[in-house]
Amino acid sequence: MTAYRVYSKEEWTSAVKALESHYQVFVPVKDGDFHLFGLLSEGKRPDFDFQNTHLSPKSIVYPQSERMFEYSLDGEDPDAHMLKEAPKDFSPRAIVGIRPCDALAFQRVRVNFDTPRYRDPWWVSRFESTTFVGLGCNAPEATCFCTSVGGGPFSEAGLDVLLYDLGDRFLAKVLTSKGDGLLKKALGGMEADGTLVRQAESLALKVTEAMPAVVPVDGLKDKSVLELFEAPFWEDVAFGCINCGTCTYLCPTCWCFDIQDEVLGKSGDRIRNWDSCMFPLFTLHGSGHNPRGGKVARVRQRFMHKLKYYLDKYNEGVQCSGCGRCVRSCPANIDIRQVAELMNSL
Amino acid sequence: MSKRARMTLDNPYLPYPVRIEQIVTETEDGNLKTFRLVFLNPEHEEKFRYMPGQFAELSIAGKGEIPIGIASSPTERGFLSFTVNRVGVVTAHLHNMKEGDVMGVRGPLGNCYPWDEMEAKNVVIIGGGFAFTTLRSSLVYLLDPQNRSRFKDVIVVYGARSPGMLLYRDELWQWEKRDDLQMHVTVDATDDPDWKHHTGFVPTIVKKVVPSSDSSVALVCGPPVMIRNTQPVLEDLGFPPERVFLSLEMRMKCGIGMCGRCNIGDQYVCKDGPVFSLAQLKEMPPEY
Repeated sequence: MTAYRVYSKEEWTSAVKALESHYQVFVPVKDGDFHLFGLLSEGKRPDFDFQNTHLSPKSIVYPQSERMFEYSLDGEDPDAHMLKEAPKDFSPRAIVGIRPCDALAFQRVRVNFDTPRYRDPWWVSRFESTTFVGLGCNAPEATCFCTSVGGGPFSEAGLDVLLYDLGDRFLAKVLTSKGDGLLKKALGGMEADGTLVRQAESLALKVTEAMPAVVPVDGLKDKSVLELFEAPFWEDVAFGCINCGTCTYLCPTCWCFDIQDEVLGKSGDRIRNWDSCMFPLFTLHGSGHNPRGGKVARVRQRFMHKLKYYLDKYNEGVQCSGCGRCVRSCPANIDIRQVAELMNSL
Repeated sequence: MSKRARMTLDNPYLPYPVRIEQIVTETEDGNLKTFRLVFLNPEHEEKFRYMPGQFAELSIAGKGEIPIGIASSPTERGFLSFTVNRVGVVTAHLHNMKEGDVMGVRGPLGNCYPWDEMEAKNVVIIGGGFAFTTLRSSLVYLLDPQNRSRFKDVIVVYGARSPGMLLYRDELWQWEKRDDLQMHVTVDATDDPDWKHHTGFVPTIVKKVVPSSDSSVALVCGPPVMIRNTQPVLEDLGFPPERVFLSLEMRMKCGIGMCGRCNIGDQYVCKDGPVFSLAQLKEMPPEY
């Protein structure tokens, strides 16, 4: 039987505080006009009154910049020029208050880093050491479209606990043993009765049904990749794009990275940084040839990857969780929902 | 074993340390050098089991990594070799390194030429310029006494701009003398009056010397212009696109299908390639 616990909002704040002796606890905090995820231990005050955070919590599992290896270039050192793994922290962490779209995004990204042939040791270790405590969305934004891409404002995919905001209290639904373990370490709260559970379920139903019109992606799987690639609309879609990369930076399902060496004196690091398919350097060959040298090719790559290539390769839905961040922040008003519609109806 | 130690062992980003044993300048312009690398730890050599057509990331601490086709053959034990064109930061640094220097190798990466499919067939090897590296690996592998009887005729067409730009010249002339393969070396042009080999572009020579195909597989590797012009010739000779294999190049970082830059459609050149059949390529977006 599924377990539910209920916490008054004050209780929940202290419950989260109590997690600190077991986890690095990341919570939504107010930062200027926006909300971001911050570390509770850095004195941040959790604020669960937000629509969605400006940035997704992807960097908690997958840092924007991370030391992979370190090495010495000192000729006197017998190990000079040999790479050694840089010290890393894989201790347990909890993301408390992650929206269901962002939890779904980690699931969609996982197939890239955890494959039958290779595992990215750092992404996988951090992912596995993370407990995801979701917060259902009572008030989705106008740009939200999670229900179109396999998620929902109260979707449980990729979550260990799902919280329902019932006004003066949180109802916590335990979804996995990892989530159960976390709630046992949190203090306070009490078992919830059926009335509260029914109240939460009807809230979820009401909000889900009120989600904005569905963005069609159902026809994409059967479309010809070559026909989509050669479609007449790419010039128009890309017209306003300035290749700023904001969409890929904000996107919780964008995973591309670059690897660079940095040296100071006689020691150095091999570092990986988030990268973006919006930048020409991303694909520039040493010879000067660039298979995606123009912006139309790059914009097409972004949408084709998300809505077609990913779907064809993994058959696990599209590489998008419907969070709407790219729609909200694009300086040229390029809207993935419209592009999906164009592609789906080609 | 602790989790940390297991992770370190399985880390696909960690290069094996190697020592540069020998450096050979291949071409008259000095831009291509072959590096023979020896593993510092014999266990790593055991782990590095490869087949011709695969590549590796050459790693230089402080500079970065470059994806390079493996030019040695798995039948040559005790070392790996890579022929590297001097182009950017990493390759320029590598060209200035000396025998005895320590660097790293990560791999083997990608797929190989379709060795199972080639069995009991004629093998036609077509190469141009400095893309002859994994074809050299293939040729040495094919000609090994253990392997030669598994394949029928071996026909090689290899061309470069000028005689001085051919790779592996000593080996080329030795292969020309053998009777268990047909070796056709060509140059675009030469003013050497003693040049005894072909003159002309690779596709022209292919048309002249390659027999029409009932049971042949073609491996093609070269600059884009050569690949483009060779395709119709092979088609005319009756090679179906399922039996023409090309090795592609792309800018790469991870080499294991994760960093996202080398895709053509839903295929990563680093992991699903670099070898694709022409039939496969015809179904992929023309973005390479």
